[in-house]
Amino acid sequence: MKQLFEIGGVFAYLSLLTVGGGMAAFPELKDLTVNIHHWLTFPELIHYYSLGQLAPGPNMMMVASVGAHVAGLGGAAVALVAFILPTGLLTFAVGRLWVRLEHWPWRPAIQRGLGSVAVGLVLAGAIILGRGALVSPFYVALAAVVFALLMLTKVNPAWPIVASGLLGIALYLV
Amino acid sequence: MSTTGTSPPPSLGRLFWVFFVMGATSIGGGVVGYLRSGLVVRQRWLDDASFVELLAISQTLPGLNATNMSILVGDRLRGTPGAILAALGMCLPGAALMTAAAFAYGVGGDDPVSRAFLRAIAAGAVGLILMVMVQLGAKVLAGFADYVFAGITAALVAGFGVPVPYALIGVGAVAIWWHRPRGT
Repeated sequence: MKQLFEIGGVFAYLSLLTVGGGMAAFPELKDLTVNIHHWLTFPELIHYYSLGQLAPGPNMMMVASVGAHVAGLGGAAVALVAFILPTGLLTFAVGRLWVRLEHWPWRPAIQRGLGSVAVGLVLAGAIILGRGALVSPFYVALAAVVFALLMLTKVNPAWPIVASGLLGIALYLV
Repeated sequence: MSTTGTSPPPSLGRLFWVFFVMGATSIGGGVVGYLRSGLVVRQRWLDDASFVELLAISQTLPGLNATNMSILVGDRLRGTPGAILAALGMCLPGAALMTAAAFAYGVGGDDPVSRAFLRAIAAGAVGLILMVMVQLGAKVLAGFADYVFAGITAALVAGFGVPVPYALIGVGAVAIWWHRPRGT
């Protein structure tokens, strides 16, 4: 029971950090779940994160994986609800106030200021993820090829990621 | 709150179902594209102007874009219960799959073939994140100062291990002040 409360607290906190997308919360997600609570190892977290890129719906539904990994179905449910509720309530409230905020002079300043910080947070998340995932030149090359493919074509990102996985299996079997 | 859609607001059951289907089929990120084709084009619950307006709110506030959009659209169409059902419908399929993935991982995660797969998709995911960052950057980084703020944030968090809230509030406050409204 205490663990469910801990899961709820961690994911409610992480929820508030998802500025500009879920990846912004990744550095703190790693710190809390791996270094502080020891709920899972860094490679396990990376695996769930990567699998999450293949799941439909909002990204970061992998929070349910982490919850389930720690405390089964209850953990998954608590992690999901805690991750959605704080920002969900905020969005709900601001959505109703928005008409009044639309011409607030600070709104564009906040949008632009937080926008650049959000890009920095996504980059930090990518660096931390990369440190754990790009452990040999093969993986660096794989990431570079996927990046190039996604920049140059309109292919659905799920395909090159699945293709990377199959390539990884092929290389292991050869 | 008045509805601006070109069709009458749906029943709560229908609302949940449409979001559930979008939540189950939007594979590979880019949920916003799925949302627009679902809500504006197919169901005609919203026009493009309201869609863009709600999207701007979703992207400004913390939270996942797709979840925020579901809450705003659900609220606009059917009030509070609509917001709850739309968000649940959007999240449940992916969350259920990822919960199942955790159980499968417990069973087969140590198998060398699945490890080879997982390690390689992690590299692919890094490529995807970089693409997301470049796209986000192209949209929001408008001047040299914005690049500096982004670079400092990344260096603080990834290089010096500064906790995200401090970096977010510290650099965020300076960046907002930098772009503060001047004159009137």
